[in-house]
Amino acid sequence: MTDSLQSNEPPKLNSVGEFFAQALAIEVEATERYSLLADQMEVHNNKEIAAIFRKMALIEAEHRNEIARRAGDALVAGRPASFSWTGPDGPEAIDCESVHYLMTPRRALTLARFNEERAVKYFEAIAAAAINPQIATFAAEMAADERNHVIWVDQWLDQLAPDEAGWDDDPDPPVHSE
Amino acid sequence: MNMIPNAAKAFIPADYKSAVKPVWCPGCGDHSVLISFQRALAELALPPEQVAIISGIGCSSRIPAYTNCYGFHGVHGRSLALASGLKVARPDLTVLVASGDGDGFSIGGNHFLHACRRNIDLTYVVMDNRIYGMTKGQPSPTTEPDWDTAIAPGGTGLSPFHPLVIALASGANFIARGFSGDIGGCAKLIVDAVRTPGFSFVQILSPCVTFRDDQQKSWKNLVHAAIVPETDDPSRAARRLMTDDGFNTGVLYRGHRKPYQPIPLAHSAPSHLESEFAI
Repeated sequence: MTDSLQSNEPPKLNSVGEFFAQALAIEVEATERYSLLADQMEVHNNKEIAAIFRKMALIEAEHRNEIARRAGDALVAGRPASFSWTGPDGPEAIDCESVHYLMTPRRALTLARFNEERAVKYFEAIAAAAINPQIATFAAEMAADERNHVIWVDQWLDQLAPDEAGWDDDPDPPVHSE
Repeated sequence: MNMIPNAAKAFIPADYKSAVKPVWCPGCGDHSVLISFQRALAELALPPEQVAIISGIGCSSRIPAYTNCYGFHGVHGRSLALASGLKVARPDLTVLVASGDGDGFSIGGNHFLHACRRNIDLTYVVMDNRIYGMTKGQPSPTTEPDWDTAIAPGGTGLSPFHPLVIALASGANFIARGFSGDIGGCAKLIVDAVRTPGFSFVQILSPCVTFRDDQQKSWKNLVHAAIVPETDDPSRAARRLMTDDGFNTGVLYRGHRKPYQPIPLAHSAPSHLESEFAI
């Protein structure tokens, strides 16, 4: 069975099939996580951030579909069948605890950038450690994809003004029952 | 033991997601616990229609609506009573129960004791944030005695409830603790709990970012994997849980008690039951 998601060190992958199962699971998870965060922001009426997370989910979904296409028969019915879901989060999944209902676009994109960069390092590490040359090639491709995502997020961040102090001040905060 | 079918189909966590969007506060630990539920079910490769998730009342008890498994959002504190009835009637289903520290240990405290004692094959996941979040921040049974708020000036002064100790003393067959920030770790605990026959209790520390953010933000730095391996010895587990710092995570006790399952009645067809009520 393929190692579960590991954000700190690359898994030991024995076959191209295991590599694609791992890569696909990371993108599946990232898509779902961004969708969840977009849902949270919509529910709490922070529509600007919801739109950012929704767009990130779309990008991850496209990447997920592209990986499934590249993987071809290396997956079982287009799914990471041999994958274990009980490991740590993948490198592209934002921590649920790191979001705030008043968060700004800069904070949202900074979180996204952190995860995209982590994904670059993750796939670079797989490419560097791979004995199988096919895995090394595919992992290098994935790292390049993720690097493009970092550049794209950076371009978006460049268009934003710095956050003002007190961005999380709520004029009508939740109050304890008295 | 719950039936774990071989994975004829590869499940992914999204297979257990409903169309209902969670209304928890952004940053709430319960979002992560929901993902852990979905990951655990994918790992177990259980078709959604073979799973039932039962809950009571409170923030955490919203979970059944956010999955596409069978679900029942029940009455305050009565999730275990509902789940026990369901499992006894339908032993083929995998039954998970979701609760919080208010729902599960206060109004539902008596059901908790007797669910442990009965040892029906259930997995009980309690999301513990040491507060009643949904009703705006009253102290719960697990709240620290000196937590000072407008509703409890100077703190309640009451010793907190120790759910793991109570679970062990009452006969639970599996006792574990996780932290919501460790999604994969909690998923693994839920998988372990489902696979262990009998009543399995999993306490998940799940911070409340709205009413206790200043105190519970540090939990991610306080939790640590238990330094000693799990035990099947109740006396050893008791000593360990009594001296626990509240932040040990992992499987802390796994016993060998046989789950309770009544012998099916010879005449249990609906028509037979109906006849018993005939006047």
